Amino acid sequence: MSDQHLHHAVDLAPGDEEEGRIGPRLLGYCIGFALAILLTATSFFIAGTDLVWQPSIPVAIIVLAIAQMGVHLVFFIHITTDPDNTNNILALAFGLLIVFLVVTGSLWIMANLNQNMPPMDQIMRMQR
Amino acid sequence: MTDAALYRQSDPRLLGGRPHEGPASKRITTGYGFWIFLLSDIVMFSCFFAAYAVLLGQTADGPKGAELFDLKSVAAETALLLLSSFTCGLAMIAADVRNALWYQIAMAVTCLLGLGFLALEFREFAELVSRGAGPTRSAFLSSFFTLVGCHGAHVSAGILWLLTMMAQVLAKGFRADIMRRLLCFALFWHALDIIWVAIFSVVYLLGSAA
Repeated sequence: MSDQHLHHAVDLAPGDEEEGRIGPRLLGYCIGFALAILLTATSFFIAGTDLVWQPSIPVAIIVLAIAQMGVHLVFFIHITTDPDNTNNILALAFGLLIVFLVVTGSLWIMANLNQNMPPMDQIMRMQR
Repeated sequence: MTDAALYRQSDPRLLGGRPHEGPASKRITTGYGFWIFLLSDIVMFSCFFAAYAVLLGQTADGPKGAELFDLKSVAAETALLLLSSFTCGLAMIAADVRNALWYQIAMAVTCLLGLGFLALEFREFAELVSRGAGPTRSAFLSSFFTLVGCHGAHVSAGILWLLTMMAQVLAKGFRADIMRRLLCFALFWHALDIIWVAIFSVVYLLGSAA
């Protein structure tokens, strides 16, 4: 920013960048794009390969997906740890908390129910 | 110079040396409000993801994911969407430097890439339905079509919005209110990409492994 005095004067809207010059901004999008392609390619490669221990594949795919979402957030949506971005980060953190609760909560409860439910033929016999 | 920088310098409340007083600029409140909407949209998607993950095995003796998904087509869709996110970023840079020609070119390319994505997705859906694996076949396929179709509906809405923004810049130029709408559009388009990352990982890659 040209004026250092105003540097932290206001918050940043989500999606806005600190950087104003074209060159570094273009470079940012290029780096983000390259990283995203790299992570995607790794994901697709891992999914179809026999080279790694098979049970590790789902974990690897999830880790790669989370990494790629981070890349998108930083390089495309320009979420940073800058003080200007605090509000945006807090909203994001709350959103992620809800997403986490919904997904893991559903999986956990449904897995429990599946385990505790008798097989279908037994239920049919009980209803008779 | 970015719009954010312009706003800082043109905001009269910031010239008095007490920068933390007064309401935030309209660009920030608009962008933040739209950010909240996007996060709630992502929460909605997380419910569909949870449903898909729970119903993954409930195929009712029908076809499983591994028999249905064509990963080559999914990889092509991913490439198109990633590239469109990149060109959307280029369009925003062009808009910030008030270059109408490059803005329109980048937005047109973004639109074509988005349409290519939709065409591939539509072809995939049509093929599944023609093979008797439509959304009514099993709970697994119902949740699949709901989740992926919901993302496709978002992309369709995004393309309509994109065309609107091209026309608005053409008719009204880079006015402050148009720039706010562009900010929101870019956020929306990048958020769709993030959701697609979750979809190709969870639905297609994990779904065809299971």
